[in-house]
Amino acid sequence: MSLLTVNNLSVSYGAIEAIRNCSLRVEQGEIVTLIGGNGAGKSTMLRTISGLLTPKQGTIQFERKEIQGQPPHRIAQSGLVHVPEGRGIFANLTVEENLQLGAYSRNDHAEIRKDRERALELFPRVRERLKQAAGTLSGGEQQMVAIARAMLSRPRLLMLDEPSLGLAPQIVQTIFQVIREINNSGTTILLVEQNAAMALKVAHRAYVIEVGSIEMDGPAAELASSDEVRKAYLGAH
Amino acid sequence: MSDFAQTLITAIAIGSLYALIALGYTMVYGILKFINFAHSDIVVLGAWGSYSLSVRVLPALGYGLKEVPPVWVALMILLLAMIFCGAIGFTIERLAYRPLRRAPRLNVLITAIGVSLLLQNVGQLSFVFGASPQDMPPLLSDRALATFSFGEGESARQLVIGMVDVVIFTTATSLMLIMQYLVFRTKLGVAMRAVSFNTDTAALMGIPVDRVVSFTFVLGSMLAAAAGFLIVMKYPSISQPAHTIWVLLGLKAFVAAVIGGIGNVRGAVLGGFVIAFVEQFGAFYVSSNYRDVYVFTLLILILLVKPSGLLGSTLREKV
Ligand SMILES: Nc1ncnc2c1ncn2[C@@H]1O[C@H](COP(=O)(O)OP(=O)(O)O)[C@@H](O)[C@H]1O
Ligand SMILES: [Mg+2]
Repeated sequence: MSLLTVNNLSVSYGAIEAIRNCSLRVEQGEIVTLIGGNGAGKSTMLRTISGLLTPKQGTIQFERKEIQGQPPHRIAQSGLVHVPEGRGIFANLTVEENLQLGAYSRNDHAEIRKDRERALELFPRVRERLKQAAGTLSGGEQQMVAIARAMLSRPRLLMLDEPSLGLAPQIVQTIFQVIREINNSGTTILLVEQNAAMALKVAHRAYVIEVGSIEMDGPAAELASSDEVRKAYLGAH
Repeated sequence: MSDFAQTLITAIAIGSLYALIALGYTMVYGILKFINFAHSDIVVLGAWGSYSLSVRVLPALGYGLKEVPPVWVALMILLLAMIFCGAIGFTIERLAYRPLRRAPRLNVLITAIGVSLLLQNVGQLSFVFGASPQDMPPLLSDRALATFSFGEGESARQLVIGMVDVVIFTTATSLMLIMQYLVFRTKLGVAMRAVSFNTDTAALMGIPVDRVVSFTFVLGSMLAAAAGFLIVMKYPSISQPAHTIWVLLGLKAFVAAVIGGIGNVRGAVLGGFVIAFVEQFGAFYVSSNYRDVYVFTLLILILLVKPSGLLGSTLREKV
């Protein structure tokens, strides 16, 4: 049984159908990536899984329970953690307060401290900024805070929406390195990216979404070497 | 000298009242991004609620309506009024505003005006508070805590520090300190600020947004109730619920919130005092006929110079 199963999902914004009949699954321990161009429906998919949008049709199962229609804070509390596009940092709060919010619904203070330590080991630069207002950080640092914060939620499935968006190449390297480390320590990841090259390198399996429907899927290495993906997403000719 | 000092004392007392009310406007705006026009009616409810409670509770406890009861009675009435208004604030949010969470802001604004009119008119029904003014029974002695004399003969003046002004200031300040603690030092406060920055992202943190919103309304309404109670301590003749004096009071407190930077808790407190100082000193040194004009002139000036208010932030999310 998969950790996450999305079945025949359709989602609309008013009359505009953003996702049509999409199905995907994520197995325990995997990194799965969902790649596709701008406006393909990637963020819509994640926002629907985390409960910010209500699907018009279809089911979403997380750990065998149907979660579609549940309020987003319930879904987050059940261990499905979504780092939204644009990082979702609370610019008016300090970095420390942002991290605290990751552990909002937890009460195991000793364990929270351990997770916080672990997250700060992954991102030493975040530790230096704890007292600062999060809005004063650079884009890369904000992304680090967003991921560190998500780690404090102890996700059983971590969904990242374009973590590399707008970041300098060496920061992108750092972020992807950390994504790999988080996965190595046992966290399952659903990674949405436009940066297909990086995403396919780090992921085990991949789905390709185009104008609201899933067009291809398979092992990441296989997709990375397929002609269609190379032409459309990897800049090959 | 003594006149200046007397005006100063009044300004501080009135300022803390404006600040209490402004906090409610600013907290609701911070979280839901709309102006809760019904907020001033909660102040009215606090004032009239204190009156209704007093005329029932005092005789029941064996005190006359003309004698000053022990301090705990005043404290109890204040607490009851706060709980009562907190419950009303909770109910209003639940019934009137929550169904509109995803509606355009204009709809919510119009609903708020509707709620305000409803409260005013229901308040004036004969079996509620009625449509005529009443006199608040004295709950605090109006004795002077300290009296200072200045000058000799013809120019002799006195400065009186009255019990009521001191009670207003200390009660309001204590409540505001509790608020500051709640908002800036507790987990719930962090959640409130998170919701005010971005509701969706806050929900992704596992924060039950609706509960935080309810809590904000309860808190704001309790502060408004306290303001209503303190107002009738200082001005015992209570105008009827739909009287424009209440609307004007709410409007000035709202101006205080805007001047301080709407959405900013410390700004609301600062704005409250600024407004009171301008109003009281303007009335004293220039003319008391224009006390409202000073306030709104200041509003216009500040909006021209710093549209986000004195402490309003221009910090935006980095993308
Ligand atoms: N809030 C919205 N209202 C209306 N249409 C939207 C909204 N958000 C996204 N869309 C549309 O839905 C489609 C998918 O968008 P999105 O999921 O954000 O794509 P991606 O994340 O892959 O770039 C696009 O055509 C976009 O214009
Ligand atoms: Mg997107």
